[in-house]
Amino acid sequence: MPKIKLAEKTINIVKEICAKYDNNEGELINVLHNVQAKLGYLPAEVQELIAKELNSSVAKVYGVVTFYSFFTMTPMGEFPISICMGTACYVRGAEQVLDEFKRQLKLEIGKTTEDGKFSISCLRCVGACGLAPVVMVGEKVYGRVSPQQVRKIIAEYQDGCPSS
Amino acid sequence: MSEKINLTINGIPLRVDQNTTILEAAEELSIKIPTLCHHKDLCVAGNCRVCVVEEVGVKKLPAACATPVHEGMEILTNSLKVRNSRKNIIELLLSEHNADCTKCYKNGNCELQTLAAEYKIINQEFIHLPDTKCYTIDEFSPSIIKDDSRCIRCQRCVRTCAEIQGVSALTVGYKGDHMKITTFFEKPIADVVCTNCGQCVNHCPTGALIEKNYIEEVWEAIADPKMHVVVQTAPAVRIGLGEELGFEPGSRVTGKMVSALKRLGFDAVLDTDFTADLTILEEGTELLTRLKKVLVDKDPDTHLPLATSCSPGWIKYIEHMYPEYLQNLSTCKSPQQMFGALVKTYYAKERNIDPANIVSVSIMPCTAKKFEANRPEMHDSGYRDVDFVITTRELAIMIKQAGIEFTHLPEEHYDKIMGDSTGAGVIFGATGGVMEAALRTAYEIVTGREVPFENLNITPVRGMDGVREATIKIENPLPDWSFLDGAELNCAIAHGLVNAKDLMDSIKSGKKSYHFVEVMACPGGCLGGGGQPIPTSPEIRQKRMEAIYAEDMDMPLRKSHDNPEVVHLYESFLEKPNSEKAHHLLHTKYVPRQRF
Repeated sequence: MPKIKLAEKTINIVKEICAKYDNNEGELINVLHNVQAKLGYLPAEVQELIAKELNSSVAKVYGVVTFYSFFTMTPMGEFPISICMGTACYVRGAEQVLDEFKRQLKLEIGKTTEDGKFSISCLRCVGACGLAPVVMVGEKVYGRVSPQQVRKIIAEYQDGCPSS
Repeated sequence: MSEKINLTINGIPLRVDQNTTILEAAEELSIKIPTLCHHKDLCVAGNCRVCVVEEVGVKKLPAACATPVHEGMEILTNSLKVRNSRKNIIELLLSEHNADCTKCYKNGNCELQTLAAEYKIINQEFIHLPDTKCYTIDEFSPSIIKDDSRCIRCQRCVRTCAEIQGVSALTVGYKGDHMKITTFFEKPIADVVCTNCGQCVNHCPTGALIEKNYIEEVWEAIADPKMHVVVQTAPAVRIGLGEELGFEPGSRVTGKMVSALKRLGFDAVLDTDFTADLTILEEGTELLTRLKKVLVDKDPDTHLPLATSCSPGWIKYIEHMYPEYLQNLSTCKSPQQMFGALVKTYYAKERNIDPANIVSVSIMPCTAKKFEANRPEMHDSGYRDVDFVITTRELAIMIKQAGIEFTHLPEEHYDKIMGDSTGAGVIFGATGGVMEAALRTAYEIVTGREVPFENLNITPVRGMDGVREATIKIENPLPDWSFLDGAELNCAIAHGLVNAKDLMDSIKSGKKSYHFVEVMACPGGCLGGGGQPIPTSPEIRQKRMEAIYAEDMDMPLRKSHDNPEVVHLYESFLEKPNSEKAHHLLHTKYVPRQRF
């Protein structure tokens, strides 16, 4: 695995977050959440830096990152698409919606398009079961999504951010 | 006073302390409950479930290893419900296990296999999953092989690496169906912070973690008539080997082991204890030289405490974790490597053998020694100093393969030239032993008198506490060492790397200040090494330790500097301790390694 040198700015972001949690190993999950929120993903070099800052083992950090499906080690797209696979969404056809996203973007779950624009992931319940099936693009929530609407949703982001 | 609890197990009443687990309570009645993830060295995990028992009146079956007893509890360990559940659990474990037992290195010494045999798991009720999965085998390390297809995810190895060694090279990655024991980014073991100590191998119930064995290579060397095959045996092998060959833990089988090695066909059976004695002269001299440089010359480039360098697991640990302290490590090679360097130089010369035709084999209680022999620095004889390292367990396999009835063997003596040793050499196998041996010699060099302890037994440095301290006061030294008059030599001993971490942190923070520290990577020292017989438990380590000290007491010579062959080695070859030649052959350098 080739070593990537982290940018000074990235290093400082990670260090600050660790310091916010007193460099306490017990706060690992919170640290990972915060770092992923800032950087979008948790590559090897970032995990190493976190282990160092928390005086933990890199293997332990890796174990936690791989355990929780929320954490990702591949960069998410500029517009991360999350399809809810919670029970309510699932029974109302979330899988067909997911399949349509995969087909249109020619993308597997957890992967990012070559232009870095879109990535697809699944999540479990966003607490909007009344709107099932639910899709999130970034922070924006789409309710009652049908496979026919998928093309329109993607098109909204094709030329940059939609007017919101 | 802890409260007592009354309960019954299989109808037999008993009274035990509060917080006793069902498993421990059953043990008191000599009722065996099978376990896999449970190990006396480790914290409770309760994940394998084979220890389930029935509590009368309770629907769910509790795991005996993880459930404390309570008043009035009625436990059944062999009800039909328990038997059926247990059998199902073993079948489920086997359904995920590469149970091609005849092709497994642990065949005959596998806890899962034993359970399957006891419960007669013959029909396959569940889908056999290994056929559908893509498992990895990691064979890159010179010490350890990790085969995920044999893993039952009991996590003993992960707990061992974290709790005993404080290294955490291994972790549990992913979850559910995808869960596996892995390293950072699934790198090979050889590329992570692993110290090769082999404690994970010693604690693994199956064949998922095994030593890389060199049995066939050694057989080939023995069979080659051109080659002169020399074998050395580490101190802790002689008090462990018996366990693999029909003796109780704590049996001393030195003479039988020597006899067996001769029958296996080794051309010379020699003793690592000889170079253990030599280590004491080199390292003792190094300690005294450093003390003088620091106390008298005020040399800022000399560092104290001096740390022992016999344990290759400890060496790799400090290279990864505390590289800023590498200059505190003694430059002495380990006894194994001193032996290797001398076999192909001094021994070859004395015996008039071309070193190119010498194969040097060592029997070690250790898997890290395999890595050590493989280090690029270890070629000072002009050849690879130690060609093959095999563990106590591998030697037992060879003895069995050769059809030798070990229990019936006569007792024989080591061969000459590098075969003599003292009691100080043999105690290298126990935690505190190097310290004790060094003190026996250094004190006498400085004062001209024996260490002031009854029978030379420096008991404060002995025992099983994780970190131990001792202070030796020096009074009325010889004129050369007058600067040490009244000095108190502060020593510390740690075993198990989690304790080494505590020791190093106390030194680093300035809380403690020592002159000399001994660290052994494995709990109990080499006697509890990763290459020793399986199982190893706290009780077994205790028995092996008693055997080591008994071996010491029975030796006619008990101080390293009295070893006649060591004296002769200096007179005829090395001149004096820490001479230029000694430095070239017996000392080494260390390399800082990445922790992250």
